[in-house]
Amino acid sequence: MDNVRPRVRTPRSASAGDVATIKTLISHPMESGQRKDSQGNTIPRQIINRFTCDFNGENVIDVTMEPAISTNPYFEFEVKIPESGDFQFTWYDDDGSVYEETKSVEVS
Amino acid sequence: MKFNTMTAAAALALVTPAMLAANPDAKLVVNGQIEMTTETEAPEHLDGLRTIRSGWTFRTEETQSLQMDDFDNPAMIYVDEARDAWYAKDGAADQSCASCHEDPESLEGLRAELPKWNEEAGKVYTAEMYVNECRTERMEAEPWGWDSQEMKNMTALISSVSRGMTVDVQIDGPVRETWERGKEIYYTRYGQLELACATCHEENYDMNIRADHLSQGHINGFPTYRLKQANLVSMHNRFNGCIRDTRGVPYEIGSEDFVALELYVASRGNGLSVEGPAVRN
Repeated sequence: MDNVRPRVRTPRSASAGDVATIKTLISHPMESGQRKDSQGNTIPRQIINRFTCDFNGENVIDVTMEPAISTNPYFEFEVKIPESGDFQFTWYDDDGSVYEETKSVEVS
Repeated sequence: MKFNTMTAAAALALVTPAMLAANPDAKLVVNGQIEMTTETEAPEHLDGLRTIRSGWTFRTEETQSLQMDDFDNPAMIYVDEARDAWYAKDGAADQSCASCHEDPESLEGLRAELPKWNEEAGKVYTAEMYVNECRTERMEAEPWGWDSQEMKNMTALISSVSRGMTVDVQIDGPVRETWERGKEIYYTRYGQLELACATCHEENYDMNIRADHLSQGHINGFPTYRLKQANLVSMHNRFNGCIRDTRGVPYEIGSEDFVALELYVASRGNGLSVEGPAVRN
């Protein structure tokens, strides 16, 4: 799907063992499949059905998303950061598209 | 018995929003940097109010906090889209906004003065009119609809670079006639319910109209992200909605009447900060 833009906020640096707040937002219409257009035809469902966050290959959060979630879904969660590394964020669209974002964090 | 418990729970749920009403001393600072004036003395021309308050002060703490960080502000998605459009060439002249204006930041301060007199055109111009004039005259592209997504995104971007600046709309000189017309509309009762803008937003602000906490109706936060619509909303769209709610027939979006009303309502907020794109319920 076009015009989908993931946005992520992570800390750039942290101390080992810090708990950081991660914010993620992705622009997406999250069409529920319940609505009808002006001609009365059902608008087909198209949502992001899964969101995951991994840190250095280890899964942090894995969310199954349902049609009642509103447009531009936003997730905020906390992560304990043990070492330097990369966050990998992935969103899976009903149409098969996958949106990805990577953020690095430096542990001093 | 079970029924009673459920009724009690429902009643509690109804009471909750009022309990979450915002702290009157809350300060609006966006991104920890941009300090906003959310309450100040009313401008001299305004007899009906002593102090003017931003719509932000009427919202719940949850809604307020959405506006305090650009990451949390859902409107910024649209501002990002407009930033892409700014640099994208369109139309027969093969130009983008950036061809003349460089960065969007070059329009800093513009939003604080709008709407304003356009000497060349001989009338009052809003942001939408400036954008479309650029599109048709310089870019030779199709104009955007007043209430189209592209237009709302672009006016949100233009507003965003002026955030924190003080609204200072001119009401004298050549704009006076239009301003007077706007004032007339503001105090005219419309619709079967016979409500003027002033009925709610001047005489009864801070009261509840059903579940809605009435603000003073300033437009310094426009285009604003309405949680109800999950999208940006233009000023004229909101004017249209208000007159519709009086069960009257609204003026056209983009009409001279609504431009006049926009000028008058903007001038009532002289002294507040540009907040757009704000977040409202």
